[in-house]
Amino acid sequence: MRAVGVILAGGNSRRMKELSRKRAVCAMPVAGSYRSIDFALSNMEHSRIQKVAVLTQYNSRSLNEHLASSKWWDFGRKQGGMFLFTPSFADANSQWYRGTADAIAQNIGFLKTSHEPYVVIASGDCVYKMDYNEVLEYHVAKRADITVVVKEMPESFNVERYGTVQMDADGRIQEFVEKPVVAQYSTISCGIYVIRRRLLIELLEKSMEENRYDLVQDILIRYRGLKKIYGYKLHNYWSNIATVEDYYRTNMDFLNPEIRDYFFKQYPEVHSKVADLPPAKYNVGVHIRNSLLSSGCIVNGTVENSVLFQQVYVGNNCVIRNSLILNDVYIGDNTIIENCVVESGGTIQANSCYKGENGIRIVVEKGERYTI
Amino acid sequence: MIVKKEMIAMLLAGGQGSRLGILTSNMAKPAVSFGGKYRIIDFPLSNCINSGVDTVGVLTQYMPLRLNTHVGIGIPWDLDKNVGGVSVLSPYEQISHTEWYTGTANAIYQNLAYMESFNPDYVLILSGDHIYKMDYEAMLDFHKENNADVTIAVMPVPMEEASRFGIMITDEDKKIVDFEEKPAHPRSNLASMGIYIFNWKVLKDSLISNKEQPNLDFGKHIIPYCRDNGSPLYAYEFNGYWKDVGTLTSYWEANMELIDIVPEFNLYEEYWKIYTKSTSNVPQYFGPESAVERTIIGEGTEIFGRVYNSVIGCDVTIERGAEVRDSILMNGTHVGAGCRLHKVIAAENVTIGEGAALGEGYDIPNDTRPDIYREGIVTLGEGTVVPKGVSIGKNVMISGETTPEDYPGSRLESGRTLVKEGDVQ
Repeated sequence: MRAVGVILAGGNSRRMKELSRKRAVCAMPVAGSYRSIDFALSNMEHSRIQKVAVLTQYNSRSLNEHLASSKWWDFGRKQGGMFLFTPSFADANSQWYRGTADAIAQNIGFLKTSHEPYVVIASGDCVYKMDYNEVLEYHVAKRADITVVVKEMPESFNVERYGTVQMDADGRIQEFVEKPVVAQYSTISCGIYVIRRRLLIELLEKSMEENRYDLVQDILIRYRGLKKIYGYKLHNYWSNIATVEDYYRTNMDFLNPEIRDYFFKQYPEVHSKVADLPPAKYNVGVHIRNSLLSSGCIVNGTVENSVLFQQVYVGNNCVIRNSLILNDVYIGDNTIIENCVVESGGTIQANSCYKGENGIRIVVEKGERYTI
Repeated sequence: MIVKKEMIAMLLAGGQGSRLGILTSNMAKPAVSFGGKYRIIDFPLSNCINSGVDTVGVLTQYMPLRLNTHVGIGIPWDLDKNVGGVSVLSPYEQISHTEWYTGTANAIYQNLAYMESFNPDYVLILSGDHIYKMDYEAMLDFHKENNADVTIAVMPVPMEEASRFGIMITDEDKKIVDFEEKPAHPRSNLASMGIYIFNWKVLKDSLISNKEQPNLDFGKHIIPYCRDNGSPLYAYEFNGYWKDVGTLTSYWEANMELIDIVPEFNLYEEYWKIYTKSTSNVPQYFGPESAVERTIIGEGTEIFGRVYNSVIGCDVTIERGAEVRDSILMNGTHVGAGCRLHKVIAAENVTIGEGAALGEGYDIPNDTRPDIYREGIVTLGEGTVVPKGVSIGKNVMISGETTPEDYPGSRLESGRTLVKEGDVQ
């Protein structure tokens, strides 16, 4: 592969509400048995990128644990492999990452000591499958300076938290409006960029001199007239999970057979850390309808239109509807949960009731648990 | 390089396990699936790493491909080590006396150089066909305390069943004073589990001294040799769950025991985990008209029909309206819409056509191997295809891609054997 990879995984989002208390968005569990960053990492793996930097900052414990071994993505290599960069303090530098550009700039040695001519930059909070080689080929064919992966969204899609672009017939980006208050364009940036390594180093060094730290504002938007920035249209499934609503919807999308087929049955596979959990177990009195369940679950009650992540225990006579139950949650007997996201590690007392009335309710319960 | 391992393990995984019938037609017994997502060898391998034994030689001979693929370099068990780890040891050509592994001890004898390279004090001999969780380190402590030359793990069995086992007779200090193979009138109920710890020097000496013995075997030759030489032999009593899954019926029973509410053999304990090579991470999906009770299910399986009292592997599909009862379906099996399955063992990647009914009819003994295909169980070999709409009786064995012509009147009576490819077991 002619590129090294950079995954931006430091971000937190207020829109994740309580869910971001204990982890970065990239470490959010997705689709039962995965973490958000697995998608970008698997894409890097299947694009045969052999050297990947993961930039983390916000509450990275859970992410570090997930990435403790890189063997699941075949990045446990002598040559290249995965590099985990958290902000580190030294004489020359004592700053947190002040923005996406700053995060890469603070680790510019990674770029400078690489020999691959290109860099693929991706964010770790999106669910999609992509061969970055196709973007790279497009980038080379267009003789672009920077290529941005974009997706045309339906008119009804709310673009206000995305970067929107307008492209000409050739695919060159004319306008780039970040987080528009009034949406003019319905094509959004997916946060995936291809750029020549030397050019990226040059642009980052210049930005640092000018105390500019953001990849989108200070490089893409600032240079959009000066540099040839092209848009590469992504046609397959792509979803960003960085709000509670999007996170919920993205997980529920996996109840759709076409999306399951696309992610789970078509090449390439999405890889994740192997949890060594026993098969899921279903006892007497179980009713399950249109739901996804993961390894290590033990179910005694009713589950409908829901996603149960790994090692969830559902007690007798429970009813779980339209909910996401994250990893390692214990739900006591006779409990009702509807329209909720139950945070991982929670213990729900028997005979309780949680319902999201206006939208999705986040349930964080750290009750005491008696384990056998 | 300085190499020192206190105890290494030698895992005998070369046997066919012919009493598992068609399940071992193209893989060794230790590679057979168990409990939805595991293979039998996962249990001794996990016991090794959980006991701190990080050097394991796996001796293979019969149909080793599946086993080799599964064991690989030992990643799932953290047995990918710089020094030691897991090594697959197959028979090899020599300048003279090239031979297959002709017996359990002969296989170990042929790998003396492997063992020697780790400079061990003790060697643990294991077999790859039992389901159990055991701390070999505790057994080693017992071995050391007693200054034993050989320690044999034993398990108390009901006196009336003792005549099926190798029986150890011990004194009050658990020192073995005598032993008898399958005695008609057992003098003790301590059955050998086929797990031995040897002092390395004792093992090496007894293997070399007996190397000319044809079909050199631990139970028949090495243990008696050690006794006759006056080596102290001790019996280490094990009281946990231990199941020999050497026959189709015991295999079926051991699987079914896993679905009890609190199974005697609990895979859900955090302590002493069992590791396996996971083929996928995909969650399981239950369709809008599905039903499930008393069942365990592996990754990636999709259930649109109904499943009761069953053990279901990974990437299995059970279509709408199908009903599966008291069955074991291994990885990749596809059950068509409207099928009825009762007491079926389907090996990997079996396809059952729409509306087929399996396990229905009188309990007539199998016409080929009534000793193997019994208890009403229908056994389908790996990759078997059952055409749609056919009806199949009890104690039936089918292997290969069968077509409607193989089922006159769309029916295969109880006790029949239908083999399109592979050998009749």
